[in-house]
Amino acid sequence: MVAVNLWSSLARFTDGARVVEVQAATIAEALQALVALHPGLEPILKGGVSVVVNGEVMPNRHATIAPDAEIFLLQALKGG
Amino acid sequence: MPKDELKAEFRLVGTRPNRPDGLDKVTGRARYGADATLPGMLWGAVVRSPHAHAKIVKIDASKALALDGVKAVVTRADLPTGLTGEDWNLQENTLAGEKALYDGHAVAAVAATSRLLAEEAARLVEVTYEVLPHVIDVDDAIRPDAPVIREGAADASVPPGMPPNVVRYLDFGRGDIDAGFAAADLVREQTYKTEATHQGYIEPHACVGQLGADGKGEMWVCTQGQWYIRKMCSAVLGLEAAQLRVTPSEIGGGFGGKTTIFMEPLSLALSRKAGGRPVKIVMSRSEVLRATGPTASASMDVKIGMKKDGTITAGRAEFRMQGGAFPGSPVAEGLYCAFAPYAIPALQHIGYDVLANRPKCAAYRAPGSPMGAFAVESLIDEMCRELGLDPMAVRLKNAVREGDTASYGATFGSIGLIETLEATAAHPNLAVPLGPNQGRGIASGFWFNHAGETSVTLAIGEDGTATVSVGTPDIGGSRASIALMTAETLGIRYEDVRVNIVETGALGVNEPTHGSRATFASGKAAVIAAEAAIREMCNRAAAEWGIEPEAVEWVQGAAQPAGPNAGKFPPMSIAEIASKMGGTGGPISGHHESVPDGFGASFGAHVVDVEVDPETGRTTVLRYLVVQDAGRAIHPAYVEGQYQGGAAQGIGWALNEEYIYGKDGRLQNTVFLDYRIPVASDLPPIDTVIVEVPNPGHPYGVRGVGETGITPPLPAIANAIHAATGVRLRHLPMTPPKILAAMKTKG
Repeated sequence: MVAVNLWSSLARFTDGARVVEVQAATIAEALQALVALHPGLEPILKGGVSVVVNGEVMPNRHATIAPDAEIFLLQALKGG
Repeated sequence: MPKDELKAEFRLVGTRPNRPDGLDKVTGRARYGADATLPGMLWGAVVRSPHAHAKIVKIDASKALALDGVKAVVTRADLPTGLTGEDWNLQENTLAGEKALYDGHAVAAVAATSRLLAEEAARLVEVTYEVLPHVIDVDDAIRPDAPVIREGAADASVPPGMPPNVVRYLDFGRGDIDAGFAAADLVREQTYKTEATHQGYIEPHACVGQLGADGKGEMWVCTQGQWYIRKMCSAVLGLEAAQLRVTPSEIGGGFGGKTTIFMEPLSLALSRKAGGRPVKIVMSRSEVLRATGPTASASMDVKIGMKKDGTITAGRAEFRMQGGAFPGSPVAEGLYCAFAPYAIPALQHIGYDVLANRPKCAAYRAPGSPMGAFAVESLIDEMCRELGLDPMAVRLKNAVREGDTASYGATFGSIGLIETLEATAAHPNLAVPLGPNQGRGIASGFWFNHAGETSVTLAIGEDGTATVSVGTPDIGGSRASIALMTAETLGIRYEDVRVNIVETGALGVNEPTHGSRATFASGKAAVIAAEAAIREMCNRAAAEWGIEPEAVEWVQGAAQPAGPNAGKFPPMSIAEIASKMGGTGGPISGHHESVPDGFGASFGAHVVDVEVDPETGRTTVLRYLVVQDAGRAIHPAYVEGQYQGGAAQGIGWALNEEYIYGKDGRLQNTVFLDYRIPVASDLPPIDTVIVEVPNPGHPYGVRGVGETGITPPLPAIANAIHAATGVRLRHLPMTPPKILAAMKTKG
């Protein structure tokens, strides 16, 4: 199981959970599993999030993730 | 690759050759956005709302169309319907629909045979408005009873019951915030405000667009991202992306403001309506300031707990940012960056993205981070002074290092904040004695950096030179840096590499030059493409020698047998291999496309000395120091230029720049005489120190350097003014009247 850390205000879509464990081998699978467990997250994830895996922003949704990976979701980042 | 495997000695990387675009720029040959001219070209002009918020009752263009030479008028009725999300936002910002949402909002556009005629025709377009109540200030806009700018604009992140102009909400944090504050010896909370500022690029927006009835079009435009122009124009106009070919010009500054569209779709829409004749639109400075994206304005509450020894035990930030009449203020980025330089066990962040009757904000150099730094770095300074602590020592004591959990949750990889602060503390500027009315301020800053979609092709010429095609417009010297890395990798001269910024048909999709990514991402892709070309050249040499390709190595620009067992052959130079390529397998090139991983975050620290005139409140910046981690400076002069540029823009933001609105909601300072960016006489010599903690995610250790430099100046200058005067300014800009008033209040 992979632990996905959410920002606090998403907890209202996850029955209060700020960390959701999902079965996933890739980032895309993790996001799909999140939505399957908590459909209220779908518009947020569709709106764009940055996925940080072990400290690094990973834009490739097909990137594989280890079971012990640390995953954080951030609002989508942009630069100037 | 592991950091200790990164090469440290280079032939070219780290040198300072002349810029490849230098001669063209100093002789006036460089072609900017307004330089594009085509046969049969028309000129476009835009009709803009004089009201901050108004219903558009009627648009009558009959008088304009009656003028001889007027070829087309477009209104929102000429654009497709049914768009949603950010596509709708872009279309609505391109041309107002039912309502004008800010002073300067485009309402219609005209094309005519001359610029003067187009401007005259625009004045003849009669728009009937029903003026609505407006709101400008972010704290006013978030009130429950504020004029509602757009019903239903909030996204799913906004909980029920929020004020109507809140369109996005987030909170995040960690640890026990109450216990964190309870563990502190001193807890302080203050409110800080920053006003909207413009990127202030010297070159106004300019483009020539051509679009036929068949949906095929071309555009020549000043932009940071030709693919973004293509994607956004296609969305707004309902075109197929592949049918629109976008060629970027040289760019006279962007700073994030040229990563989106403004009048570009109008030139295409006018062209289509004018039978496919190309239409040129060049914005005036007034249009740039009224209608193109400034940054957000911010109102920020910050609370910090600190022990007597300087240990920060807890931090709380609540930011409200307005990004104009559309969602998209950088409130999340501001919060993510605010406490990023510090290892703090308990943190809470809350953010509100708020609509106001102002132009749609665009990215501006480290979006959001300067505001967050202003609030947090100012309060840390205030608390250090109250506790009698050295603000530099407190920053070092609490600084994050590799392996620490960042304030926004993730774990930091290789970073160089400690090295940056140590280099700052050791700099001779800190030992310069200060006189009366003078003060010194320090502050830290952070930016994530970015990678983004990247596609690069390298082609070996018949003479052994190399052409690199990249998709990231050169706004800070990236052509020189990419040429240096390519030449270093190939083992040829810097002068033997030409880097071209190409149009959208020539490469796969590239994100703009934003997020401090060009030298990192296009540079990394160019190196990988060069390595692919090297492998092919080794193959050609191996075939010539009749040995296995694995037995050939590339050394100093030539193929050679990898060892005595591979055979005895003299090195075969790149020029020799290239001269034979037509008969040995054809063209030799390398290509790489990816979203590169491994971009490294960058920290900086600034030290500024100011003198404040007690009679006038005027601040003179005496000396300025920028210290920042570049990972590896490929072309140090350009890195220094980025550091100095960030400081210069930050000085303007701190002391002078702001959008000033009248009670009628109209922007009052629409030219550079009134919107005062720093000029040379406002700026001191800006000293720089390049710290190099190599980024293991790049073959030469590069970190982006373009944005971090604008994050510390706002608080550094506020801290220096406090040191000079004893007064604390918590609302930017710190103009002479504000400082004088604060000094008089203090007595």
